[in-house]
Amino acid sequence: MSQPIRPLKSMDRQLPSEEAADLLALTRELVERELAPRAAEEEAEGRFPREAMRLLGRSGLLGLPYPEEYGGGEQPYEVYLQVLEELAAGRLTVGMGVSVHTLACHALATFGSERQKQQWLPELLGGELLGAYCLSEPQSGSDAAALTTRAVREGGDGDDAHYSVTGTKAWITHGGVADFYSTMVRTGGPGPTGISVLLVPADTPGVAADAPERKMGLKGSPTAQVRFEAARVPAERLIGAEGQGFSIALSALDSGRLGIAACAVGVARAALDYAVEYARTRTQFGRPIAEFQGLSFMLADMATAVEAGRALYLSAARRRDAGLAFGKEAAMAKLFCTDAAMRVTTDAVQVLGGYGYTADHPVERYMREAKVLQILEGTNQIQRVVIGRKLTGG
Amino acid sequence: MSLRIVVCVKYVPDATGDRRFADDNTTDRDSVDGLLSELDEYGVEQALKIAEASGDAEVTVLTVGPDDAKDALRKALSMGADKAVHVNDDDIHGTDVIGTSAILAKAIEKTGFDLVVCGMASTDGTMGVIPALLSERLGVPQVTLLSEVGVEGGTVKGRRDGDAATELLEASLPAVVSVTDQSGEARYPSFKGIMAAKKKPVESLDLDDLGIEADEVGLAGAWTAVDSATARPARTAGTIVKDEGEGGKQLAEFLASQKFI
Repeated sequence: MSQPIRPLKSMDRQLPSEEAADLLALTRELVERELAPRAAEEEAEGRFPREAMRLLGRSGLLGLPYPEEYGGGEQPYEVYLQVLEELAAGRLTVGMGVSVHTLACHALATFGSERQKQQWLPELLGGELLGAYCLSEPQSGSDAAALTTRAVREGGDGDDAHYSVTGTKAWITHGGVADFYSTMVRTGGPGPTGISVLLVPADTPGVAADAPERKMGLKGSPTAQVRFEAARVPAERLIGAEGQGFSIALSALDSGRLGIAACAVGVARAALDYAVEYARTRTQFGRPIAEFQGLSFMLADMATAVEAGRALYLSAARRRDAGLAFGKEAAMAKLFCTDAAMRVTTDAVQVLGGYGYTADHPVERYMREAKVLQILEGTNQIQRVVIGRKLTGG
Repeated sequence: MSLRIVVCVKYVPDATGDRRFADDNTTDRDSVDGLLSELDEYGVEQALKIAEASGDAEVTVLTVGPDDAKDALRKALSMGADKAVHVNDDDIHGTDVIGTSAILAKAIEKTGFDLVVCGMASTDGTMGVIPALLSERLGVPQVTLLSEVGVEGGTVKGRRDGDAATELLEASLPAVVSVTDQSGEARYPSFKGIMAAKKKPVESLDLDDLGIEADEVGLAGAWTAVDSATARPARTAGTIVKDEGEGGKQLAEFLASQKFI
């Protein structure tokens, strides 16, 4: 059976401005014409949509939350995250790709010097260059502050000043396809205070990515180890001060978690829309299966989870936009939205029955994709640790 | 003096929506979302390409339509057109293609033009005769259904790919051209383009401004009338012929019963 169902319904969103509404309309157009039609095939083949990412860049979607003066779109997170949701609903590889790229620009855009921002930010935000965020290592995942990739400063203080970087980064989204790596390295002693951030061009000699991991889903988005072997990175590419790296990384992660929450809602919504349409058109015992209460209650719960997830990530985003603390709320949004996506996509497979378990329909792919969202950018167990600590002051 | 290009665009009901006729047998434009006709996007794209190649050109997008038709203009402006003209008047409701061409021609003359660019047809009416009607009304040559187009000096040149031949055509400016869906994919607007479009001028004109009497257009002035419209019947399940030795015969009988053979 082919896919007879129009994948996504248009959404009546509450947006803060007319320009935001236009931006969402542009996003939908790109999703419907460029992303969704190729998603199933390219995901099955594990093809990364580099050209689509360039198109998004030219359309101005790769720098949305950053200032206009550096080529960004100067949009609040409330708007940027809804763009991510739309992209992820069309294809998670792209929604997450934009989220990761945005995260990779965060250190430079937020902590870079004026000269650094003028020099590098426009080409990062303009979309010709794609970024990756290198924090995790094979032996330091959830315990990120234990990272061991070493950067030794050499060459004095003149033009020759540089860091020699050696170590291995793991689980790097865009590893091997990125043009720059926003990399957390150890410049000092053990613990969080010995960590710094370097903006490393991917073509630096001594920097190489391994073959991508063989994942159960999200196959179009390459995830790879990135190796640094005495890679020589100019000292001018240090972002912020030496030792400031871990706090930079964590501040980026709070925002990154909101991005993942929005992506999770996108995937869940795609699954919900597909399941609803299927239930309306599939007949058994002489009537559409949607008319059976057991099934319609499932759909009702799925829809409620999607709405609640969106409300939660938007609530956290509005706190961020207002300059309020949002770390706890971002962790809650990441936890709730990704768990909801897992449940909703699993139920979507159930709604489609045997058909749902085949690759002829996208819901099994959504289910495989949702799983990774419970793991990356802080497992959902770590999110609970964050929330618990904020509650008890621990 | 810069090259003045006018692109005619139409705001049409979304073809993926549930399109229907209104009570007066005109197109129901209220119950379905509208958009810039996809076939007109090709016209906008080629106009922008010609303008970019010339280095000194101004692209004006022109539409005749109700209030919502401004969305089509805004889309074209966000793609890169310089300004827009919106002819909007309650008396235009129900105007047929003859009347529409009269309105467009007056608006084009008022705007001033060296080159008029149209899509190959609208995606709702799909008549495809506007370029020829405009050519007649404006008294300038028409070079239609081009899959490639460019301007060199005072001449527009293009290629028309037909079933039997490929024609290389040219006409001196001013002229009317239409471009097909083979002329090159239309660009997407960028977010910056969308923002910039808000500051671009959109001129609103009514029938008075164009010196057109209300009874020359609208349902009353139309040369054609739709007496009735019937929705296409819903698709039914097809007939499945299982070949158990008699398949060919059964197929032939089916085709004969449907008067295909």
